[in-house]
Amino acid sequence: MMMVEAIIALALIAVTAGLILLLTLQRNILRSGIRPLPAFERLRQAIGLAVENGTRIHITLGKAGLPASTSAAGLVGLTTLERIARVSSISDRPPLATSGEGALTLLSQDTLRAAYRQINQLELYDPSRGRLTGPTSFSYIAGALPITDGENVSAHLAIGNFGPEIALLMEAGDQQESFTLAATDSLSAQAALFTSSQETLIGEELFAIPAYLNSGPVYTASLQVQDILRWGVIIVIIAGSILKLLGFV
Amino acid sequence: MRAPISTAFAIATGLLVLVGAFLPLPVLLPIRQILLSWTIPVAATAGLIAILNLLSVHWRKLNSARERDYYSIILLLAFVATFAAGLILSPTDPDFQKIVTHIQFPVEASLMGVLTVTLTYASIRLFQRKRGWLAVLFTASTILFLILLSGFLNVSENLPFVKELLAALNTLPIAGARGILLGIALGSITTGLRILIGADRPYSG
Repeated sequence: MMMVEAIIALALIAVTAGLILLLTLQRNILRSGIRPLPAFERLRQAIGLAVENGTRIHITLGKAGLPASTSAAGLVGLTTLERIARVSSISDRPPLATSGEGALTLLSQDTLRAAYRQINQLELYDPSRGRLTGPTSFSYIAGALPITDGENVSAHLAIGNFGPEIALLMEAGDQQESFTLAATDSLSAQAALFTSSQETLIGEELFAIPAYLNSGPVYTASLQVQDILRWGVIIVIIAGSILKLLGFV
Repeated sequence: MRAPISTAFAIATGLLVLVGAFLPLPVLLPIRQILLSWTIPVAATAGLIAILNLLSVHWRKLNSARERDYYSIILLLAFVATFAAGLILSPTDPDFQKIVTHIQFPVEASLMGVLTVTLTYASIRLFQRKRGWLAVLFTASTILFLILLSGFLNVSENLPFVKELLAALNTLPIAGARGILLGIALGSITTGLRILIGADRPYSG
Protein backbone atom coordinates (compact mmCIF):
# COMPACT_ATOMS: atom_id res chain seq x y z
CA MET A 1 0.00 0.00 0.00
CA MET A 2 1.28 3.47 -0.89
CA MET A 3 2.21 5.69 2.04
CA VAL A 4 -0.29 8.40 0.98
CA GLU A 5 -3.12 5.85 0.74
CA ALA A 6 -2.18 4.44 4.17
CA ILE A 7 -2.21 7.90 5.75
CA ILE A 8 -5.59 8.69 4.13
CA ALA A 9 -7.00 5.38 5.42
CA LEU A 10 -5.70 6.04 8.94
CA ALA A 11 -7.06 9.60 8.83
CA LEU A 12 -10.49 8.28 7.76
CA ILE A 13 -10.45 5.78 10.64
CA ALA A 14 -9.45 8.52 13.09
CA VAL A 15 -12.22 10.84 11.81
CA THR A 16 -14.79 8.04 12.08
CA ALA A 17 -13.70 7.23 15.64
CA GLY A 18 -13.81 10.94 16.48
CA LEU A 19 -17.33 11.23 15.05
CA ILE A 20 -18.53 8.28 17.14
CA LEU A 21 -17.10 9.89 20.29
CA LEU A 22 -18.47 13.34 19.40
CA LEU A 23 -21.98 12.07 18.66
CA THR A 24 -21.93 9.96 21.83
CA LEU A 25 -21.00 12.93 24.00
CA GLN A 26 -23.07 15.56 22.16
CA ARG A 27 -26.26 13.68 21.45
CA ASN A 28 -28.14 16.74 20.22
CA ILE A 29 -25.94 17.46 17.18
CA LEU A 30 -27.90 15.08 14.97
CA ARG A 31 -31.53 14.97 15.96
CA SER A 32 -32.56 12.32 13.44
CA GLY A 33 -34.31 9.51 15.29
CA ILE A 34 -34.01 5.87 14.30
CA ARG A 35 -36.78 4.76 11.94
CA PRO A 36 -39.21 2.17 13.31
CA LEU A 37 -38.63 -1.38 12.06
CA PRO A 38 -41.32 -4.04 12.64
CA ALA A 39 -38.65 -6.71 13.32
CA PHE A 40 -37.37 -4.83 16.37
CA GLU A 41 -40.89 -4.18 17.63
CA ARG A 42 -41.55 -7.93 17.51
CA LEU A 43 -38.18 -8.61 19.16
CA ARG A 44 -39.04 -6.29 22.06
CA GLN A 45 -42.42 -8.04 22.41
CA ALA A 46 -40.71 -11.46 22.37
CA ILE A 47 -38.27 -10.39 25.11
CA GLY A 48 -41.15 -9.04 27.21
CA LEU A 49 -43.18 -12.21 26.72
CA ALA A 50 -40.23 -14.43 27.63
CA VAL A 51 -39.73 -12.50 30.89
CA GLU A 52 -43.45 -12.69 31.72
CA ASN A 53 -43.84 -16.37 30.83
CA GLY A 54 -40.62 -17.47 32.48
CA THR A 55 -39.28 -18.90 29.24
CA ARG A 56 -35.77 -18.65 27.86
CA ILE A 57 -34.27 -16.56 25.04
CA HIS A 58 -31.68 -18.38 22.96
CA ILE A 59 -29.04 -16.28 21.21
CA THR A 60 -26.75 -18.03 18.79
CA LEU A 61 -23.60 -16.11 17.90
CA GLY A 62 -22.24 -17.87 14.82
CA LYS A 63 -18.98 -19.58 14.01
CA ALA A 64 -16.56 -16.79 13.11
CA GLY A 65 -13.45 -16.61 15.24
CA LEU A 66 -12.20 -13.26 16.50
CA PRO A 67 -9.22 -13.06 14.10
CA ALA A 68 -11.59 -13.59 11.14
CA SER A 69 -12.74 -10.64 9.04
CA THR A 70 -16.34 -11.69 9.72
CA SER A 71 -16.06 -11.42 13.52
CA ALA A 72 -17.94 -8.09 13.74
CA ALA A 73 -21.30 -9.86 13.41
CA GLY A 74 -20.52 -12.04 16.43
CA LEU A 75 -19.50 -8.96 18.43
CA VAL A 76 -22.92 -7.43 17.70
CA GLY A 77 -24.42 -10.69 18.97
CA LEU A 78 -22.43 -10.34 22.20
CA THR A 79 -23.70 -6.79 22.75
CA THR A 80 -27.25 -8.02 22.16
CA LEU A 81 -26.65 -10.87 24.62
CA GLU A 82 -25.49 -8.42 27.31
CA ARG A 83 -28.55 -6.23 26.81
CA ILE A 84 -30.96 -9.16 26.88
CA ALA A 85 -29.26 -10.66 29.96
CA ARG A 86 -29.78 -7.38 31.79
CA VAL A 87 -33.37 -6.89 30.64
CA SER A 88 -34.36 -10.49 31.44
CA SER A 89 -32.59 -10.68 34.81
CA ILE A 90 -35.96 -10.77 36.59
CA SER A 91 -36.99 -13.80 34.53
CA ASP A 92 -36.93 -17.31 36.03
CA ARG A 93 -34.87 -18.54 33.10
CA PRO A 94 -31.83 -16.50 32.06
CA PRO A 95 -30.86 -16.33 28.37
CA LEU A 96 -28.77 -19.02 26.73
CA ALA A 97 -25.92 -18.31 24.29
CA THR A 98 -24.53 -20.84 21.84
CA SER A 99 -21.69 -20.52 19.36
CA GLY A 100 -19.53 -22.56 17.03
CA GLU A 101 -16.15 -21.14 18.00
CA GLY A 102 -14.12 -21.39 21.20
CA ALA A 103 -13.17 -17.74 21.75
CA LEU A 104 -16.74 -16.64 21.02
CA THR A 105 -18.00 -19.13 23.62
CA LEU A 106 -15.63 -17.75 26.28
CA LEU A 107 -16.66 -14.19 25.37
CA SER A 108 -20.34 -15.13 25.65
CA GLN A 109 -19.71 -16.47 29.16
CA ASP A 110 -17.75 -13.33 30.00
CA THR A 111 -20.51 -11.12 28.61
CA LEU A 112 -23.16 -12.87 30.72
CA ARG A 113 -20.94 -12.53 33.80
CA ALA A 114 -20.33 -8.82 33.12
CA ALA A 115 -24.06 -8.19 32.62
CA TYR A 116 -25.01 -9.84 35.93
CA ARG A 117 -22.14 -8.17 37.77
CA GLN A 118 -23.29 -4.76 36.55
CA ILE A 119 -26.76 -5.28 37.97
CA ASN A 120 -25.34 -6.80 41.17
CA GLN A 121 -26.86 -10.22 40.50
CA LEU A 122 -23.75 -12.30 39.97
CA GLU A 123 -25.50 -15.32 41.52
CA LEU A 124 -27.53 -15.59 38.28
CA TYR A 125 -24.37 -16.35 36.31
CA ASP A 126 -24.03 -19.92 35.13
CA PRO A 127 -21.11 -20.72 32.78
CA SER A 128 -23.14 -23.48 31.12
CA ARG A 129 -25.42 -20.77 29.69
CA GLY A 130 -22.63 -19.85 27.27
CA ARG A 131 -21.97 -22.99 25.23
CA LEU A 132 -19.96 -24.29 22.35
CA THR A 133 -22.34 -26.61 20.52
CA GLY A 134 -19.86 -27.82 17.91
CA PRO A 135 -16.57 -26.74 16.37
CA THR A 136 -17.55 -27.26 12.69
CA SER A 137 -20.36 -25.58 10.71
CA PHE A 138 -22.75 -28.55 10.76
CA SER A 139 -21.82 -29.89 14.21
CA TYR A 140 -22.51 -26.38 15.58
CA ILE A 141 -26.03 -26.41 14.17
CA ALA A 142 -26.61 -30.09 15.00
CA GLY A 143 -25.54 -29.40 18.60
CA ALA A 144 -27.85 -26.38 18.85
CA LEU A 145 -30.93 -28.17 17.44
CA PRO A 146 -31.91 -29.98 20.71
CA ILE A 147 -32.22 -26.56 22.40
CA THR A 148 -35.32 -25.81 20.31
CA ASP A 149 -37.44 -28.39 22.11
CA GLY A 150 -35.56 -29.19 25.30
CA GLU A 151 -34.84 -25.97 27.17
CA ASN A 152 -38.18 -24.11 27.30
CA VAL A 153 -37.08 -21.50 24.76
CA SER A 154 -39.63 -19.03 23.39
CA ALA A 155 -37.32 -16.93 21.17
CA HIS A 156 -34.34 -17.80 19.03
CA LEU A 157 -32.07 -14.99 17.89
CA ALA A 158 -29.36 -15.83 15.36
CA ILE A 159 -26.95 -12.89 15.33
CA GLY A 160 -23.51 -13.57 13.87
CA ASN A 161 -21.71 -15.20 10.98
CA PHE A 162 -23.42 -18.35 9.71
CA GLY A 163 -23.67 -20.56 6.68
CA PRO A 164 -27.01 -21.47 5.06
CA GLU A 165 -27.27 -24.39 7.53
CA ILE A 166 -28.55 -21.93 10.17
CA ALA A 167 -31.91 -22.33 8.39
CA LEU A 168 -32.22 -25.75 10.09
CA LEU A 169 -32.17 -24.13 13.53
CA MET A 170 -34.58 -21.35 12.60
CA GLU A 171 -37.03 -23.79 11.01
CA ALA A 172 -36.83 -26.05 14.06
CA GLY A 173 -37.53 -23.05 16.30
CA ASP A 174 -40.48 -22.06 14.14
CA GLN A 175 -41.88 -25.62 14.34
CA GLN A 176 -41.91 -25.19 18.14
CA GLU A 177 -43.87 -21.92 17.65
CA SER A 178 -41.01 -19.86 19.04
CA PHE A 179 -40.19 -16.37 17.78
CA THR A 180 -37.23 -16.43 15.39
CA LEU A 181 -35.11 -13.46 14.33
CA ALA A 182 -31.93 -13.71 12.26
CA ALA A 183 -29.24 -11.25 11.29
CA THR A 184 -26.02 -12.21 9.57
CA ASP A 185 -23.25 -10.77 7.42
CA SER A 186 -23.20 -13.82 5.11
CA LEU A 187 -25.09 -13.35 1.83
CA SER A 188 -25.89 -17.06 1.35
CA ALA A 189 -27.17 -17.33 4.94
CA GLN A 190 -29.30 -14.20 4.50
CA ALA A 191 -31.04 -15.80 1.52
CA ALA A 192 -31.65 -19.05 3.44
CA LEU A 193 -32.81 -17.16 6.53
CA PHE A 194 -35.25 -15.01 4.59
CA THR A 195 -37.38 -18.10 3.97
CA SER A 196 -36.85 -19.86 7.29
CA SER A 197 -36.98 -17.21 10.03
CA GLN A 198 -39.93 -15.06 11.02
CA GLU A 199 -37.90 -11.84 10.98
CA THR A 200 -34.74 -11.39 8.93
CA LEU A 201 -32.52 -8.35 9.08
CA ILE A 202 -30.90 -7.63 5.73
CA GLY A 203 -27.39 -6.24 5.31
CA GLU A 204 -26.28 -3.54 7.72
CA GLU A 205 -29.53 -3.75 9.75
CA LEU A 206 -27.55 -6.34 11.73
CA PHE A 207 -25.38 -3.57 13.19
CA ALA A 208 -28.44 -1.58 14.29
CA ILE A 209 -29.65 -4.18 16.81
CA PRO A 210 -27.88 -2.73 19.91
CA ALA A 211 -29.16 0.78 19.08
CA TYR A 212 -32.74 -0.48 18.71
CA LEU A 213 -32.47 -2.32 22.04
CA ASN A 214 -31.41 0.93 23.75
CA SER A 215 -28.02 -0.47 24.70
CA GLY A 216 -26.51 3.00 25.09
CA PRO A 217 -25.81 6.31 23.32
CA VAL A 218 -22.61 5.01 21.71
CA TYR A 219 -24.63 2.52 19.65
CA THR A 220 -27.01 5.22 18.37
CA ALA A 221 -24.00 7.42 17.58
CA SER A 222 -22.37 4.49 15.79
CA LEU A 223 -25.51 4.02 13.69
CA GLN A 224 -25.53 7.72 12.78
CA VAL A 225 -21.85 7.57 11.79
CA GLN A 226 -22.64 4.52 9.65
CA ASP A 227 -25.28 6.64 7.84
CA ILE A 228 -22.77 9.47 7.33
CA LEU A 229 -20.22 7.00 5.92
CA ARG A 230 -22.88 5.50 3.65
CA TRP A 231 -23.66 8.93 2.21
CA GLY A 232 -19.92 9.45 1.71
CA VAL A 233 -19.68 6.19 -0.25
CA ILE A 234 -22.76 7.10 -2.34
CA ILE A 235 -21.26 10.50 -3.21
CA VAL A 236 -17.90 8.93 -4.13
CA ILE A 237 -19.61 6.30 -6.36
CA ILE A 238 -21.76 8.93 -8.15
CA ALA A 239 -18.82 11.32 -8.54
CA GLY A 240 -16.65 8.49 -9.87
CA SER A 241 -19.33 7.48 -12.38
CA ILE A 242 -19.73 11.09 -13.62
CA LEU A 243 -15.95 11.53 -13.95
CA LYS A 244 -15.73 8.26 -15.88
CA LEU A 245 -18.60 9.33 -18.17
CA LEU A 246 -16.84 12.63 -18.83
CA GLY A 247 -13.61 10.79 -19.58
CA PHE A 248 -11.54 12.18 -16.69
CA VAL A 249 -10.78 8.75 -15.19
CA MET B 1 -14.93 2.40 34.05
CA ARG B 2 -15.13 -1.39 34.18
CA ALA B 3 -11.84 -3.33 33.94
CA PRO B 4 -9.55 -0.37 33.13
CA ILE B 5 -6.41 -2.52 32.74
CA SER B 6 -7.90 -4.93 30.21
CA THR B 7 -9.52 -2.00 28.38
CA ALA B 8 -6.21 -0.11 28.16
CA PHE B 9 -4.43 -3.28 27.03
CA ALA B 10 -7.07 -3.99 24.35
CA ILE B 11 -6.96 -0.39 23.03
CA ALA B 12 -3.14 -0.34 22.95
CA THR B 13 -2.96 -3.74 21.21
CA GLY B 14 -5.63 -2.74 18.69
CA LEU B 15 -3.92 0.55 17.88
CA LEU B 16 -0.51 -1.10 17.46
CA VAL B 17 -1.87 -3.76 15.09
CA LEU B 18 -3.96 -1.22 13.14
CA VAL B 19 -1.17 1.34 12.70
CA GLY B 20 1.29 -1.48 11.89
CA ALA B 21 -1.05 -2.76 9.17
CA PHE B 22 -1.08 0.60 7.40
CA LEU B 23 2.37 2.01 8.14
CA PRO B 24 5.30 -0.42 7.87
CA LEU B 25 7.38 1.36 10.52
CA PRO B 26 10.43 -0.70 11.62
CA VAL B 27 9.60 -0.06 15.30
CA LEU B 28 6.08 -1.45 14.93
CA LEU B 29 6.72 -4.49 12.74
CA PRO B 30 8.25 -6.85 15.37
CA ILE B 31 5.66 -5.84 18.01
CA ARG B 32 2.83 -6.40 15.54
CA GLN B 33 4.23 -9.78 14.52
CA ILE B 34 4.54 -10.90 18.14
CA LEU B 35 0.98 -9.80 18.92
CA LEU B 36 -0.40 -11.56 15.83
CA SER B 37 1.59 -14.72 16.56
CA TRP B 38 -0.13 -14.93 19.96
CA THR B 39 -3.53 -15.12 18.22
CA ILE B 40 -3.25 -18.79 17.19
CA PRO B 41 -2.26 -20.25 20.62
CA VAL B 42 -4.81 -18.05 22.39
CA ALA B 43 -7.58 -19.13 19.96
CA ALA B 44 -6.51 -22.80 20.32
CA THR B 45 -6.57 -22.55 24.12
CA ALA B 46 -9.98 -20.90 23.98
CA GLY B 47 -11.17 -23.75 21.74
CA LEU B 48 -9.89 -26.33 24.22
CA ILE B 49 -11.59 -24.61 27.17
CA ALA B 50 -14.83 -24.35 25.16
CA ILE B 51 -14.69 -28.09 24.32
CA LEU B 52 -14.22 -28.89 28.03
CA ASN B 53 -17.24 -26.66 28.69
CA LEU B 54 -19.22 -28.59 26.04
CA LEU B 55 -18.31 -31.88 27.76
CA SER B 56 -19.25 -30.55 31.20
CA VAL B 57 -22.64 -29.35 29.85
CA HIS B 58 -23.38 -32.82 28.44
CA TRP B 59 -22.13 -34.52 31.63
CA ARG B 60 -24.51 -32.35 33.62
CA LYS B 61 -27.35 -33.13 31.20
CA LEU B 62 -26.71 -36.83 31.61
CA ASN B 63 -26.76 -36.57 35.39
CA SER B 64 -29.65 -34.12 35.65
CA ALA B 65 -32.68 -35.64 37.35
CA ARG B 66 -35.09 -33.08 35.84
CA GLU B 67 -33.91 -32.72 32.22
CA ARG B 68 -31.94 -35.92 31.62
CA ASP B 69 -30.76 -36.23 28.03
CA TYR B 70 -29.60 -39.71 27.04
CA TYR B 71 -28.23 -38.45 23.70
CA SER B 72 -25.45 -36.78 25.68
CA ILE B 73 -23.89 -40.18 26.35
CA ILE B 74 -23.36 -40.63 22.59
CA LEU B 75 -21.47 -37.34 22.44
CA LEU B 76 -19.35 -38.19 25.49
CA LEU B 77 -18.50 -41.70 24.25
CA ALA B 78 -17.69 -40.42 20.75
CA PHE B 79 -15.45 -37.75 22.22
CA VAL B 80 -13.57 -40.21 24.46
CA ALA B 81 -13.11 -42.68 21.58
CA THR B 82 -11.90 -39.98 19.14
CA PHE B 83 -9.64 -38.38 21.75
CA ALA B 84 -8.08 -41.73 22.74
CA ALA B 85 -7.58 -42.76 19.10
CA GLY B 86 -6.04 -39.36 18.36
CA LEU B 87 -3.62 -39.71 21.29
CA ILE B 88 -2.60 -43.26 20.38
CA LEU B 89 -2.40 -42.89 16.58
CA SER B 90 -1.73 -39.11 16.39
CA PRO B 91 -4.13 -36.76 14.54
CA THR B 92 -2.06 -36.90 11.32
CA ASP B 93 -2.27 -40.69 11.05
CA PRO B 94 -4.03 -41.63 7.74
CA ASP B 95 -6.08 -44.41 9.38
CA PHE B 96 -7.28 -42.09 12.12
CA GLN B 97 -8.20 -39.40 9.58
CA LYS B 98 -9.99 -41.99 7.42
CA ILE B 99 -12.10 -43.21 10.35
CA VAL B 100 -13.04 -39.67 11.42
CA THR B 101 -13.82 -38.38 7.92
CA HIS B 102 -15.76 -41.54 6.98
CA ILE B 103 -18.11 -40.80 9.86
CA GLN B 104 -18.14 -37.00 9.69
CA PHE B 105 -18.64 -36.54 5.93
CA PRO B 106 -21.69 -38.81 5.51
CA VAL B 107 -23.34 -37.23 8.56
CA GLU B 108 -22.70 -33.71 7.21
CA ALA B 109 -23.89 -34.77 3.75
CA SER B 110 -27.10 -36.07 5.33
CA LEU B 111 -27.59 -32.77 7.11
CA MET B 112 -27.06 -31.00 3.78
CA GLY B 113 -29.85 -33.16 2.32
CA VAL B 114 -32.12 -32.26 5.25
CA LEU B 115 -31.24 -28.60 4.66
CA THR B 116 -32.33 -28.84 1.02
CA VAL B 117 -35.70 -30.27 2.00
CA THR B 118 -36.05 -27.71 4.82
CA LEU B 119 -35.34 -24.79 2.52
CA THR B 120 -37.76 -26.08 -0.11
CA TYR B 121 -40.47 -26.48 2.53
CA ALA B 122 -39.67 -23.04 4.00
CA SER B 123 -39.88 -21.45 0.53
CA ILE B 124 -43.33 -22.97 0.00
CA ARG B 125 -44.43 -21.54 3.36
CA LEU B 126 -42.84 -18.15 2.71
CA PHE B 127 -46.11 -16.31 2.03
CA GLN B 128 -47.64 -17.68 5.22
CA ARG B 129 -44.77 -16.24 7.22
CA LYS B 130 -44.00 -13.04 5.35
CA ARG B 131 -46.41 -10.87 3.45
CA GLY B 132 -45.38 -7.80 1.53
CA TRP B 133 -43.43 -6.63 -1.48
CA LEU B 134 -40.13 -8.07 -0.21
CA ALA B 135 -41.51 -11.64 -0.23
CA VAL B 136 -42.92 -11.13 -3.75
CA LEU B 137 -39.59 -9.71 -4.94
CA PHE B 138 -37.66 -12.57 -3.31
CA THR B 139 -39.88 -15.22 -4.95
CA ALA B 140 -39.83 -13.52 -8.36
CA SER B 141 -36.03 -13.11 -8.34
CA THR B 142 -35.52 -16.71 -7.14
CA ILE B 143 -37.65 -18.07 -10.00
CA LEU B 144 -36.04 -15.72 -12.54
CA PHE B 145 -32.47 -16.64 -11.60
CA LEU B 146 -33.30 -20.35 -11.38
CA ILE B 147 -34.44 -20.11 -15.01
CA LEU B 148 -31.46 -17.95 -16.04
CA LEU B 149 -28.82 -20.14 -14.36
CA SER B 150 -30.40 -23.37 -15.61
CA GLY B 151 -29.12 -22.48 -19.11
CA PHE B 152 -32.66 -22.75 -20.47
CA LEU B 153 -32.36 -19.37 -22.24
CA ASN B 154 -28.90 -20.01 -23.71
CA VAL B 155 -30.41 -20.89 -27.08
CA SER B 156 -31.86 -17.39 -27.48
CA GLU B 157 -28.54 -15.70 -26.64
CA ASN B 158 -27.82 -15.18 -30.33
CA LEU B 159 -30.63 -12.65 -30.56
CA PRO B 160 -29.03 -9.21 -29.91
CA PHE B 161 -31.77 -7.82 -27.65
CA VAL B 162 -32.09 -11.00 -25.55
CA LYS B 163 -28.31 -11.20 -25.09
CA GLU B 164 -28.18 -7.63 -23.76
CA LEU B 165 -31.21 -8.20 -21.57
CA LEU B 166 -29.68 -11.35 -20.04
CA ALA B 167 -26.38 -9.52 -19.45
CA ALA B 168 -28.25 -6.68 -17.70
CA LEU B 169 -30.23 -9.15 -15.56
CA ASN B 170 -27.08 -11.01 -14.59
CA THR B 171 -25.50 -7.82 -13.25
CA LEU B 172 -28.41 -7.25 -10.83
CA PRO B 173 -27.35 -9.84 -8.20
CA ILE B 174 -23.74 -8.59 -8.35
CA ALA B 175 -24.88 -4.99 -7.80
CA GLY B 176 -27.22 -6.03 -4.98
CA ALA B 177 -24.54 -8.14 -3.29
CA ARG B 178 -22.03 -5.29 -3.50
CA GLY B 179 -24.56 -2.91 -1.96
CA ILE B 180 -25.21 -5.28 0.94
CA LEU B 181 -21.48 -5.97 1.42
CA LEU B 182 -20.69 -2.23 1.46
CA GLY B 183 -23.26 -1.73 4.22
CA ILE B 184 -21.81 -4.67 6.17
CA ALA B 185 -18.28 -3.32 5.73
CA LEU B 186 -19.33 0.08 7.13
CA GLY B 187 -21.04 -1.64 10.05
CA SER B 188 -17.94 -3.76 10.70
CA ILE B 189 -15.77 -0.61 10.72
CA THR B 190 -17.94 1.14 13.32
CA THR B 191 -18.16 -2.06 15.42
CA GLY B 192 -14.36 -2.41 15.37
CA LEU B 193 -13.89 1.26 16.21
CA ARG B 194 -16.24 1.00 19.20
CA ILE B 195 -13.92 -1.66 20.61
CA LEU B 196 -10.82 0.34 19.66
CA ILE B 197 -12.05 3.42 21.55
CA GLY B 198 -13.09 1.26 24.52
CA ALA B 199 -16.81 2.02 24.18
CA ASP B 200 -17.67 -1.63 23.56
CA ARG B 201 -15.96 -4.17 25.82
CA PRO B 202 -16.88 -7.80 25.18
CA TYR B 203 -13.91 -8.89 27.30
CA SER B 204 -14.67 -6.98 30.50
CA GLY B 205 -15.85 -9.94 32.63
